[in-house]
Amino acid sequence: MPDSTTIAHGAEAAAHEEHPAYLRHHFNSTEQQADASNFAMWLFLLTEVMFFGGLFTAYLIYRNWYYPAFVSGSHQLNVIWGTTNTFVLILSSFTMAMGVWCAETRRRRGLVLCLSLTLVLGLAFLGIKTVEYREKIEKHHVPGTHYSIGAFLDPAHDEAASAAGDKPLALDMARHTEVYFSLYFLMTGMHALHMIIGIGILVFMIVRARAGAYTAGHVTMVENFGLYWHFVDIIWIYLFALLYLISRH
Amino acid sequence: MSHISPVLWQFLVKWLTNSALLPPEASKIAPQMDALLFFMVLVSLIGLTVVALLIASFSILYSKKRHPVAEQIEGSTLLEATWTIIPLGLFLVMFVWGALIYFRVFTPPANAMNIYVVGKQWMWKAEHPGGQHEINALHIPMGRAIQLTLISQDVFHSFSIPAFRVKREAIPGRYTTVWFEATTPGTYHLFCTQYCGTNHSQMIGDIVVLSPEDYRKWLAESTSGMSMAQNGERLFASLSCAACHNARPDARGPSLANVYGSKLALSSGGTVLADEAYLRESILNPSQHVTQGYQPIMPTYQGQISEEGIIALVEYIKNLDSDYRVQQTLNTTDLLPGSEGKAAPGAPGPAKQGMVKQ
Amino acid sequence: MSSDTIVLLPDQSTARIPKRNYLTQENGLLSWLLTGDHKRIAILYLISLSFFFFIGGALAGLIRLELLTPQTDLMATDTYNKVFTMHGVIMIFFFLVPSVPATLGNFFIPMMIGAKDLALPKINLLSWYLYMAGGLLALYTMATGGVDTGWTFTTPLSTHYVNTNVLTTGLAAFIAGFSSIFTGLNFIVTIHKMRAPGMTWFRLPLFVWAHYAASILMVLATPVVAISIVLIALERTIGIGVFDPTKGGDPLLFQHLFWFYSHPAVYIMILPGMGVISEVISTFSRKRVFGYTAVAFSSVAIAVFGFFVWAHHMFIMGISNYAVLVFSLLTMLVAVPSAIKIFNWTFTLYKGSITFETPLIYTFGFMGLFTIGGLTGVFLGTSGTDIHLTETYFIVAHFHFVMVGGMLMAFLAGIHFWWPKMTGRMYPEKISQLAAVVTFIGFNFTFFPQFILGTLGMPRRYASYPPEFQILNVFSTAGATILGVGYLLPVLYLTWSLKYGAIAGDNPWQATGLEWQTQSPPLTENFVEMPIMDHEAYDYEWLENQTKNREKEAEVTSAG
Repeated sequence: MPDSTTIAHGAEAAAHEEHPAYLRHHFNSTEQQADASNFAMWLFLLTEVMFFGGLFTAYLIYRNWYYPAFVSGSHQLNVIWGTTNTFVLILSSFTMAMGVWCAETRRRRGLVLCLSLTLVLGLAFLGIKTVEYREKIEKHHVPGTHYSIGAFLDPAHDEAASAAGDKPLALDMARHTEVYFSLYFLMTGMHALHMIIGIGILVFMIVRARAGAYTAGHVTMVENFGLYWHFVDIIWIYLFALLYLISRH
Repeated sequence: MSHISPVLWQFLVKWLTNSALLPPEASKIAPQMDALLFFMVLVSLIGLTVVALLIASFSILYSKKRHPVAEQIEGSTLLEATWTIIPLGLFLVMFVWGALIYFRVFTPPANAMNIYVVGKQWMWKAEHPGGQHEINALHIPMGRAIQLTLISQDVFHSFSIPAFRVKREAIPGRYTTVWFEATTPGTYHLFCTQYCGTNHSQMIGDIVVLSPEDYRKWLAESTSGMSMAQNGERLFASLSCAACHNARPDARGPSLANVYGSKLALSSGGTVLADEAYLRESILNPSQHVTQGYQPIMPTYQGQISEEGIIALVEYIKNLDSDYRVQQTLNTTDLLPGSEGKAAPGAPGPAKQGMVKQ
Repeated sequence: MSSDTIVLLPDQSTARIPKRNYLTQENGLLSWLLTGDHKRIAILYLISLSFFFFIGGALAGLIRLELLTPQTDLMATDTYNKVFTMHGVIMIFFFLVPSVPATLGNFFIPMMIGAKDLALPKINLLSWYLYMAGGLLALYTMATGGVDTGWTFTTPLSTHYVNTNVLTTGLAAFIAGFSSIFTGLNFIVTIHKMRAPGMTWFRLPLFVWAHYAASILMVLATPVVAISIVLIALERTIGIGVFDPTKGGDPLLFQHLFWFYSHPAVYIMILPGMGVISEVISTFSRKRVFGYTAVAFSSVAIAVFGFFVWAHHMFIMGISNYAVLVFSLLTMLVAVPSAIKIFNWTFTLYKGSITFETPLIYTFGFMGLFTIGGLTGVFLGTSGTDIHLTETYFIVAHFHFVMVGGMLMAFLAGIHFWWPKMTGRMYPEKISQLAAVVTFIGFNFTFFPQFILGTLGMPRRYASYPPEFQILNVFSTAGATILGVGYLLPVLYLTWSLKYGAIAGDNPWQATGLEWQTQSPPLTENFVEMPIMDHEAYDYEWLENQTKNREKEAEVTSAG
């Protein structure tokens, strides 16, 4: 009568079943492998939530303390660029989701197209962010030694502030706008870093997709990357609302 | 602790301190804290003994030699409940008892004498209201409630008096307070207990508790220079505060007489208690604390005054019960709009007004 | 078989280490450096962890030497500050946090659940490389001037007032943090998705439950310290002002963010050790763990509650009295599950059949010392007494009791317990029992006087101190010498055992776990056939049946 657990003294391995090449040997089936890597990606995204969470906490506290400074700071951001970027990312999430569908339905050329579109849109996002960052640098709104509060003391002479109808801030409150911009650069910068990493992985995936790696049944890479990309998109939506839309009328 | 027999109490106190496990008890709160500590040590000893005895006896009774066949026992809900509820109950007793002591230590009585302490790398500066300054030392009378208002000029420090069983962090950017009442004359350790850099271990000093008579003597001998409030008055004038805070009908800022301790209505809609922290914040971040009915035009003095300066100003404002002297300064300076450079005719000089007592 | 040991070794004249095992499967440096085998990765971790432990230990030795005298006479004050900072950084991030999970967890979780490997072997290897990168960066920091902020990086000291290597140390901790996150992530996925058929949650060994709880903490809490370090780095380099009161920032925000991780971190450190204790105490009493469900749920309760108590490190920092009330109450609640475990382990001994091999001696040491350490935690969680005791040597004694008297003893218990399985060889029993006792004595001499130093008011992180504290410090240093011997001995005799130790066979302890039902050292694939779990955890009756069946088969084979 067979033991319920096996003692492996010198026992020969059982005959090797037929299995796809991509099934790693420590898994029993491709379902288990896909399930495990999918679960792992969700967990990883949870760690990312905690990572950004620290920044959101700081934002929460300082916006509560220095609301007028946050309003004035937010009005310095270009809502048109921000909305465009939001639209770009949402569109890229759509193309990514289409890519996942293509992989699952084994459409190699469709997958490559969708991944490439996602890449282009991602690059567009970063391009727009570069434009925005450059503007901030020129206006001396980067925290640190060259930070300038002129625009907040005298909004009449600043294009963005006067367009938003801002009143001049008192000196101490104007100084607190530096905290707002610190959070702006921290949060969007951390987000941009995640975008850059995502774009790097996309390039790798496009190369592999062209070789048919993801359209032969092994779609977990595309699915899991899709999760990551959607997550980065969702973070942006929160950032857009919290950073760009403070007291806009 | 009035419910313990005084004999037993004295024995405990003497034993605890003479057994060199605790510093001398030199404040009112110290015996109360020691009582709780003693209770906790007792509970811990009993708990540890119970566990140790159980382990030892089980090891002997159920060693393989004595008990070759083990009995597979799944567990016992009754035991689980017991050793959940009893520790939880004991911990909750400690929690409540400790919370009472904590609240006692950090809720100063209204009549406490306030001493400001500024910590900086690597020394403690104490400022008495009468103007005495001390470095790494604090002379206080016994039998009086003393409150310390602490702040740091640079990094986190912590003001610790083990003999009083009190300790409080001195933080840059905000005041923290603690109070105590010394019961026994003597000299006790003062330590900085929050790591603050190179000479953290040198940031130590003496707390000198004096009998009321000795304290009076010390006060008389050590006064040099002006009281803190007088210093504050000087700063108030030199920083031109009276340009707005002058209690005239058209004044741009609220009158500061009797403002300390009052409830102010803010222009943002809420009310706030005008305590030391509020006064400090109003000097450094005025636009967030504007009194209702006034414009947010007060400039910030961040970077222009030291923490000691702020303390002097706060002390001055705390003691301000009339605007007489403030308005006097206006007669002799050119602070009011429209009076550029011209002193009012016939106004006597500041020294004659007795503005500053030497 | 003698009546005071349960060790059952094969006939030494004929026994051999199995030819094919995970150590002999492949040869060459690259086969180790590019391995995906969780067991090899565990060995890599074991070697590197030991290395960092001895560096951290040497730093501790320097601390204790300096504190022999009240003056700062052995080294400059700045040097002392760097020594205790690096001692903390290395011991916490490069020893305690990865210790049991990365070595014993990595090695045995797949085997205990009947799997061939962890779910993500490449991520596992990446974890080790991240750990090594962080560790080497920490060594680089030490070599290039060190850092003297304390391992707690308190702002604004660390951001504006020191000019030592804060950035490289922060980066080292950041990288090590990701190593920890990936390990935890791997464990959670593995435990959820790769259990053998029949291995339900409540048939899992408690070692696995403990690691599951610790992994939740690793995954959720570590990212917060990562972002805190990023914030410090930016504050320090470009002056963003989030923690600077002159710019409107708040240094207390850093304290909240830092302790939000660093409190759960201590449970990350202790829970795996508690898992080891469950295994050892069951095996050496020949009994299932008393109150399996209670112990399993206590592990999870510690993890959950552990998230809500961080501000008990901040009771005197100027947080509101009501916040103190809440956090003190929650701290009392988190203390209870640990007490439950201690009692359940104790009652595992009841009506057992106990033998006193080395792992059990370390376990007893753990139970006594962790009880003391844990109870003194309640002293500190009680807000009133915390005022007097915080920031003194009482805190130092408290955390060394739970970390060294608790965790390190559990680690040594586990290493000895599973040494035969990992290496195929037994360690020498008598000298190891001696080492355990020496460690216990040395530990108490080193750290118990520090409780008294704390109640007397001696502050921590002091290079010099008032002379009345000297005698207790001398006691403590003397103890540290004994403790050092206690830690050195295992390195020596365990290395010796690799060549000269007795051949252990599959199951020298006659234990019930799945890992003991296969050869020692194990095959690379752990099991030849997937095991099917049809019995409860710690099922000694099942084990007896196994043994009887095997004997019957052996008779049949030899008769036929």
